Amino acid sequence: MGEIVVRIDGVSKVYSMGEQRVEALKDVSLEVEEGDFVAIMGASGSGKSTFMNIVGCLDVPTAGTYWLQGLDVHGLSGNALADIRNRKIGFVFQGFNLLARTSAVENVELPLIYGRVPAVLRREKALAALELVGLADRAGHTSNRMSGGQQQRVAIARALVNEPAIILADEPTGNLDSLTSVEIMAIFQKLNREGSTIIMVTHEPEIAAFAKRNVVFRDGRIISDTPVALQADAGQVRGS
Amino acid sequence: MEFLLSLKIALRALRTNKMRSFLTMLGIIIGIAAVIAMVAIGSGASRIISDQIASIGSNILLVLPGSRTSGGIRLGHGSTPTLTYDDAKAIRAECPSVALAAPVVRGGAQVVYGNMNWSTAVMGITPEYLMVRDWRVVEGRDFSQAEVEGAVKNCLIGRTVAENLFGAEDPLGKIVRVQKLPFMVIGVMDRKGRSPQGSDQDDVVFVPLRTAQRKLFGSQFPNSVGSIMVQARSEQDLARAEEQVTMLLLQRHRIGPGREPDFTVRNLSELLDVAEQSSKAMSLLLGAVASISLIVGGIGIMNIMLVSVTERTREIGIRMAIGAKQRDILLQFLTEAVLLTLIGGVIGMLLGVAGAKLVAQVFQWPTLISFKAIAVAFGFSGAVGIFFGFYPARKAASLNPIDALRYE
Repeated sequence: MGEIVVRIDGVSKVYSMGEQRVEALKDVSLEVEEGDFVAIMGASGSGKSTFMNIVGCLDVPTAGTYWLQGLDVHGLSGNALADIRNRKIGFVFQGFNLLARTSAVENVELPLIYGRVPAVLRREKALAALELVGLADRAGHTSNRMSGGQQQRVAIARALVNEPAIILADEPTGNLDSLTSVEIMAIFQKLNREGSTIIMVTHEPEIAAFAKRNVVFRDGRIISDTPVALQADAGQVRGS
Repeated sequence: MEFLLSLKIALRALRTNKMRSFLTMLGIIIGIAAVIAMVAIGSGASRIISDQIASIGSNILLVLPGSRTSGGIRLGHGSTPTLTYDDAKAIRAECPSVALAAPVVRGGAQVVYGNMNWSTAVMGITPEYLMVRDWRVVEGRDFSQAEVEGAVKNCLIGRTVAENLFGAEDPLGKIVRVQKLPFMVIGVMDRKGRSPQGSDQDDVVFVPLRTAQRKLFGSQFPNSVGSIMVQARSEQDLARAEEQVTMLLLQRHRIGPGREPDFTVRNLSELLDVAEQSSKAMSLLLGAVASISLIVGGIGIMNIMLVSVTERTREIGIRMAIGAKQRDILLQFLTEAVLLTLIGGVIGMLLGVAGAKLVAQVFQWPTLISFKAIAVAFGFSGAVGIFFGFYPARKAASLNPIDALRYE
C-alpha cells in the first residue's frame, strides 16, 4: 500500500446544545492509506456521520488533529476548506443530491466550475467521468428523468471528476434496491482497483463486505477495525 | 465563476418558477413604467409652458401706464393714459441696451365680412411689435412704417379670425369692417397658439398704431398707447434695459425723486422662472411617487428571494459540499435578484414608453421621453436588485453546509 491519505489522531467532537453537551466523537484515531476501501459501520448516533463530516472537511474537530494528504486542516478558513472539498474530496450522498432540472453532464461539471476549470476542458472531463460510470449515452438527460441507480452513478461521476484524494460515500446504496446496490458497489470496486481511495458509510453488512476493511463505531468510539477476509466481488455477484 | 455561466444558472432558476418570477418582477415593471411615463408627461407639461412663454418673445420688458387716483380711489394699471408713442420712440432711440420698443393700443371690436361677423381683439401696432414677438406674416405682407404713420386702413388678421370670417376663402385683399370702418386685409399671421394665461393669441386683428389711435379708439389723449413692449439686446442686458427705461421715463414724465412713478416696468422673464420652477416641482413630485413604487417592488424582490433561499437550502448545501465558496453562493443569488430587476426594468421601460405615447395620442398631450430618465430608471432598477438582493444572498452564503445538506 502507498502513502497515508487520511490520518486522524485523537479526534473528539463535542456539540453543545444549550445546557447539554453531546460528545459525538471520543478520542478517535484512524489512518487510511492510498488505495484502501473502508466501510464505516455503526448504529445511528454512533458518531459515524460526525466522523464523515470531519473527514469531508464539512466540520472541524473540537480536539485532535486531522491530516489530509499530510496537510493539517486545523484552523483553515471557510474558503480554504471549500477549496479542499473541491479538489481533494468527492462526495456521494444517500439521496444522490443532484441538481434538479439540470443535465447529467452539467451536474458532473459543477465541481469543475467551482474549481475554475475552463469550459472546454470541463466538458471533456465531465464526459470522461460519465463514461467511467457507464452513462456516456445519458449525458444530456436531466436527473428527474433517470432511475435511482443512474442518478447515483451521475453522483459518483461528479465525485470523481476532480480526481480527488478520497471519495466519501454516505450510505450510497441506502435509497436503492439490492440489485442496483450491487451495481453501484461494482462501480466503487472498479474505481478502487484503478487507484481511488474510498471511505463509505453503510449499515448493511452485505454492502460492507464489498470493502477491504470494516470499521465499526459505537458511542463515539471505534470498537473494531478489521480487514475483510474475503472481499466479495460485486462484478461476480452481478453476473451470477 | 464566469459571468455567462452564472447568468445561465440564474436564468434557469428564474425559469423554474415562471409565474413567481413574473409576479415578483411586476413590482419593478410597474415602478419603472411609472417613472418613465410620469417623467415623460411631466416634461411634456413643462415643454408646453415654456413654449407658451417663448411665444411672448424673448428678453421682454413690458411697460404699463400707471394708476390714477380719483377722489382717494386708486385705479389699476393703465387707468390713466400716461404712455405715448413718443415715449416708445425715445426708449428705442436713447436706451443703449434696448433693441426694439413696440407701442401697442389694444381694444375689442366686432369685425364684419360679408354676412359673417366675429368679436375679437384689435391691436394697434408698429412693425416692431411683430419683430419683438417673433411673429411672422405667412400670407400677404406686413405694414410699413409709412403706413403706420399715415394711419392707413389696412389690417393683418390672426388665424382664428381668418377661419371664422373667411373659412376656406382667401382673405387677402378683402375688405372687412371694424367698427364700421372698412379695412383691407393685407396679411394673415402665423399660428401662435395659446398664451400662458390660456387665451387664444390667434384671435386678433392688427391695425397700424396711428389708425387705432385716431380712427378706432380715439380718446381725449390721441397720442397715448396702452403699453410698450421693450426687447433688450440680450438676456444679460435685460436688467440694464429695465433701469435705462425707468430712468428715461422718469425724466420724460418729470417725476422727481420720492414721487410715485406713473408707469410700471415688468420683466416677463420672471414669469418664465416661476413657470419653470412649478413644472420642475411637478416633475419631481411625479418622480418621487414613482420611486416609491420602485422601492415597494424591491421589497417584493427581497421577500421572494428569501423564500427562494429557504426552498433551495439543500441545493446550497450540495454546492458548498462540492466546493462552492461563500462568494460563489452570494454571487449566484445576487445575480438572480439583479436579473429579475433588470428584466423587469426592460419590460417596464417598454411599457412606460408605450404608456407615454398612448397618453400623447389619447389626451393630445405632448410627452417628452427623455433618454436620461430611461437610463436613470434602468440603473435604479439594477441598484434595487443589488440592494434588496444582498440580504437574502448573504443569508444563503452564510448557511452551514452540514445543516444545509440535512435540510428537508
